[in-house]
Amino acid sequence: MSSVRIRRELSHSLWIAWKDLLEFRRNRMGLVMLALMPVFMMVMTGFIFPSGNVLNRVPVALVNLDEGLEGLNIVSQLETINEESGLMELLSADSFDETKRMIFNGEAVGGIVVPEGFSSALSNGEQGTIIVFTDQSNPQISATLSTVLEEIIDGIGTMRAAAVVAGLAQQANTTLNPLAVVVPYAVESRGVVEGSTSYFDFVAPGIMAMVVMLSVMTGLPRAISYEKDIGTLDGFLVAPISRLSIILGKVLAQTTRGLVQGIMVMVLAYVLFGVTIHGSILLVFILLFIGVFSFVGLGILLTSVASDEQTAMMMMSTLMFPMMFLSGVFFPIQQMPPIMQGIASILPLTYATGALRKVMVLGAGLENVWTELVVLIGFGVVLLAIAVPVFRRAMTR
Amino acid sequence: MESRQERAHGSPALRVENVKLNIIEVDGLTKKFGDLVAVDHVSFQVKRKEIFGFLGPNGAGKTTTIRMLCTLTRPTEGSAAVAGHDIVREADEVREHVGLVSEKMIMYDRLTAYENLKLFGKLYGIPSKLLEERIDELLGLVHMSKWRNHQIGTFSSGMRQRINLIRGLIHLPEVLFLDEPTLGLDPQSALEVREFIGRINDEQETSIILTTHMMLEADMLCDRVGIIDYGRIVALDTPTELKTQVSGSRATVLEFDIPNLSQEMILKIEALDCTEKLSQETPTQLKVHVKGQDAFDNIVGAVRSDGGRIAAVRNLDPTLEDVFLSLTGHEVRDAVTEKVTTTEHRHDMGSQRRRARVR
Ligand SMILES: Nc1ncnc2c1ncn2[C@@H]1O[C@H](COP(=O)(O)OP(=O)(O)OP(=O)(O)O)[C@@H](O)[C@H]1O
Ligand SMILES: [Mg+2]
Repeated sequence: MSSVRIRRELSHSLWIAWKDLLEFRRNRMGLVMLALMPVFMMVMTGFIFPSGNVLNRVPVALVNLDEGLEGLNIVSQLETINEESGLMELLSADSFDETKRMIFNGEAVGGIVVPEGFSSALSNGEQGTIIVFTDQSNPQISATLSTVLEEIIDGIGTMRAAAVVAGLAQQANTTLNPLAVVVPYAVESRGVVEGSTSYFDFVAPGIMAMVVMLSVMTGLPRAISYEKDIGTLDGFLVAPISRLSIILGKVLAQTTRGLVQGIMVMVLAYVLFGVTIHGSILLVFILLFIGVFSFVGLGILLTSVASDEQTAMMMMSTLMFPMMFLSGVFFPIQQMPPIMQGIASILPLTYATGALRKVMVLGAGLENVWTELVVLIGFGVVLLAIAVPVFRRAMTR
Repeated sequence: MESRQERAHGSPALRVENVKLNIIEVDGLTKKFGDLVAVDHVSFQVKRKEIFGFLGPNGAGKTTTIRMLCTLTRPTEGSAAVAGHDIVREADEVREHVGLVSEKMIMYDRLTAYENLKLFGKLYGIPSKLLEERIDELLGLVHMSKWRNHQIGTFSSGMRQRINLIRGLIHLPEVLFLDEPTLGLDPQSALEVREFIGRINDEQETSIILTTHMMLEADMLCDRVGIIDYGRIVALDTPTELKTQVSGSRATVLEFDIPNLSQEMILKIEALDCTEKLSQETPTQLKVHVKGQDAFDNIVGAVRSDGGRIAAVRNLDPTLEDVFLSLTGHEVRDAVTEKVTTTEHRHDMGSQRRRARVR
């Protein structure tokens, strides 16, 4: 193709995109939806998903069946720690059975039981056991609660051990840090970037990629099938312009719309949840753009195959839904079972989300995300190579 | 490929000659939608600068034919050339030469008249300055200058159709396809649109192919009319020639005014040998298609014998409607209801009817 020809085709695309965007700008309802979608996405994920392993005053039953001093001691230490942290609301109970009943009734989400003979076990030189009950119908809270309780009880135990070691050391006339004996290995966690990251830092890049993708994928069938239905597409098809410039024009308009929504997500994430971009904003845009390119072929393919707008939309949402959940937008892929990880690895959104996350959270540069870029471009080229001829044929039936 | 082309259009030299003469050459064009044959081996030519009309009832295959000629639908069989280019192999070249005003309006409600025209002008690569001038000129021609910057969504259907019409003309195509250009217009607007079409044909020397199911429109506008029924062209000639064919053969239409018209009289007239078809227009008016020399006498006799008084008799000139009726055996407005009930095996019926007519 000569450059004159390319320029002409490109100008056709731009005029078609101009038309679509102008129509869109004059559609008030459409504009409202454009703004609402990202807001809903952010606010919903913001309030539904827990931000870290933090408990806030969850009701927990506490029973002390021990008659000795040790039992009283550990209960009072638990109460002190809890008062400072505000993790739980400790409700006193009388027996095992009452603890269980409280969990069944939903009055408590877990229980702590200091069993009979706790003190005597300790004074006989044995380990004292504390029983933690959890509510299996609520696995998320159960897991967090048992982790937290284990940590607290472990801490109390460590203090006790350290006191014993200190006493022994005094008897042996040596000076040492009792903790070096009790907990010889200390762990210091550091992130690769300054500061701590919240769930939002994790989820915002994914939501951004998803909103842009959703917008383009639902916008395309509307833009093409709808015009086919009402007959206006014939105006383009009968004009001496290439089929490619029609698609390109439609895609350009939808991409512009999608990127606008992407920016809104970014702004909202910053304003509402303090998510900042550590890497280059330009690179974020390049990634979003290449991300759109990677799945736009799929949109064109479905639009060509579907007989009308409704079918196109239905096919699109059927595909979109699993994609949203499998490509690591909300849950890390590493936590999924192997089969799902396999499926995730053939979804373009997985790579777009992964790369965006690296750039936005870790401040990675182009050199760190080029593999993802290559994969995304590969997806785009293959899908378009299939979609464009199919579209061309579908238009002159 | 060469040989096929030669079969279709004769030798290359002859073909060039034909292009000068005929802007459109159609040879055995056929379109099937599954089992349904929408266009059935249609062949015809359209001369340069001609207004050619396709007349036929709903579902006759007019739109499908036009869509094939515009490269919007791929023919199942047969071939056609528009402005000297094959509609399948040289679709891109064909698109350079044609304009389409389709049944469904090609316009965007949220854009103004000006913006709609500009969009399509740009797609046809018209330079900006020329385009501005042409938009203003065309808007003036259809008396819509005042509405230039109003959104199409606020227009009445007559106003829309005017803009739709000039939109198809924005690049001054060599060949213009108009699919029911006066659909849904009031008589006054329809008349204006018809005048406009005639004027474009005259001034721009545009060849125009239009479809209609209005006899009047075909009669008024077209140099030649092709009557299409069930996907086949059943007649093709100038409107005048078509009408003489009808009156010249055997069918004559007599209209009787009988103040004391009764059901018995109607039955009696209907039973006469000379009566081809009979319709009651008003309680006192009877329209009878007759044949034979003694038809008039026979009918008068039948009326008299029942004590009927004949106030007036008119010998009506055949209209295209009569042509259509005598060619297809059914009235144009019948076809809509007929289509619904007989879509399945309408082809058998069509051919039966055709055979019956030949007898
Ligand atoms: N895309 C299609 N798929 C299936 N059948 C079709 C399609 N388009 C047209 N047909 C059928 O082909 C036949 C001819 O239709 P066409 O639209 O050409 O008629 P027409 O002469 O333009 O009628 P009208 O006066 O109602 O516009 C009809 O029976 C119609 O149902
Ligand atoms: Mg039609």
